[in-house]
Amino acid sequence: MRWVNRTPGRGAAFLLGAAPLVVLALAYIIATAARHAANPADKILPLPGSMAEAMALLLFQADPLSGEYLFWADTVASLWRLGVGLGIATTSTVLVGLVVGTLPPVRATFGPLLTAIAVVPPIALLPILFIVFGLGEAAKVALIVVGVTPFMIRDVAGHVAALPREQVIKALTLGANSWGVMLRVALPQAMPRLIQALRLSLGPAWVFLISAEAIAADIGLGYRIFLVRRYLAMDVILPYVAWIAVLAVVMDFALSQSRRRLFGWAHGAAH
Amino acid sequence: MTALLSLKNLWVEYGDKVVLERISLDIAGGSFVSIIGPSGAGKSSLLRVILGQERPSRGTISLGGAPLPAECGPDRGVVFQRYSVFPHLTVLGNTLLGLEFSASPLIARLFGSKRRAAVGEAEAMLESVGLRDSRHLYPAQMSGGMQQRLAIAQALIKRPRILLLDEPFGALDPGIRADMHALITRLWSKHGLTIIMVTHDIKEAFSLGTRVLTLDKRRHDPHAPHRYGAGVVYDLALTRKVAAEDSGITIDK
Repeated sequence: MRWVNRTPGRGAAFLLGAAPLVVLALAYIIATAARHAANPADKILPLPGSMAEAMALLLFQADPLSGEYLFWADTVASLWRLGVGLGIATTSTVLVGLVVGTLPPVRATFGPLLTAIAVVPPIALLPILFIVFGLGEAAKVALIVVGVTPFMIRDVAGHVAALPREQVIKALTLGANSWGVMLRVALPQAMPRLIQALRLSLGPAWVFLISAEAIAADIGLGYRIFLVRRYLAMDVILPYVAWIAVLAVVMDFALSQSRRRLFGWAHGAAH
Repeated sequence: MTALLSLKNLWVEYGDKVVLERISLDIAGGSFVSIIGPSGAGKSSLLRVILGQERPSRGTISLGGAPLPAECGPDRGVVFQRYSVFPHLTVLGNTLLGLEFSASPLIARLFGSKRRAAVGEAEAMLESVGLRDSRHLYPAQMSGGMQQRLAIAQALIKRPRILLLDEPFGALDPGIRADMHALITRLWSKHGLTIIMVTHDIKEAFSLGTRVLTLDKRRHDPHAPHRYGAGVVYDLALTRKVAAEDSGITIDK
């Protein structure tokens, strides 16, 4: 049978998907064992046991200085920044993307501006954000917003503008005005695309969050990683990176499930 | 019968390409006009101009004596070959939409007793196109023929003065197409509609229409084929023997 025709079943797909992860974990164990055989004090590839020990301190023991459980405080702080940033980005995408996508004069006016903003590397704007918003939460949230919003707006506006012209004509013959077209034709069909754009923006949003936290913060997942880097504390960095990966996967999964649930019509399946 | 729709010396030009020239037509209320012609003869352009989707470069169109605004409105319903129904709405939602737009301009939604009344009206309309039992399906779950039935119901619920059909049955199987012909004929006589239909199926044009217009170029310049537009080369009025079972057609011209 040709490879293009081989579709693995559910169980087989699960095993196939798990295999590389298992191989990766095994390779790490072998490598760390080899390094520790040569040098028992090796810090570059810590043993799983020492990672667990280091994380237990952050997870279950309050920091003597601040009285906080650092791992959880870092997680809450980072997720809050990410949530507020993505919330603002999503809201403005709905508003701007819909208007720009539906109304040609608005598109002609703001399309070039959006393109210009979108091509500026957001990290290059970070100093400006720090100067304008100070070193507090606002600058970090603003970096996420500035980083992902132009892409999301362009994606959603492009999708709305590409809706078949016939649909707009049809709505007008049914008595709609521009507002009605936006509300009942463009908005509902933009929603699945909005979630898709949000999913694609999760990666960049994490990049901007970690960057902002690395540069100026006193709490957060990115701050912790860059702080303990000074002590070569791979036993903290590696679990933190894995934790970030878990959080990102959970968010992505939740978004894709909600898209399926809420917008069944967009998948051609039963509602 | 006085003319419902009247086109006077209509031209459609794109740059120096002339698509339609010197179109003058009077279309009587209650007629079923089929428009045929070779590809590129401007059939769809004519329909778009009547629909208000495009502005003619010269000439005037009037509906019931009043000049027609060059914008689509609820006085003219339309069914396209594709993309006529909204994929994000159920059959019932698609049919309700026209009522919601006019009754609730701010949020385009109805609630309570108004909604119940609108649902009743929409279900009656769906009944007449045979989609009442499918009212909770989404368009993606339906066949092409069902989608076109829905598009017709969706347009008719606005009681348009003219219904414009742009190759509405072109993408359907022959069997389904025959069903649709029966349906549109029934709705046409039941609601006293005025229909203008563009088609490339000559048999369909003659079996459905009370009047068949053929668009083609009257003149042809081999060195500049775009310099002459198409006009109405044949205008045939058909009188149907309504009582007869077979489609006995006589051309009384």
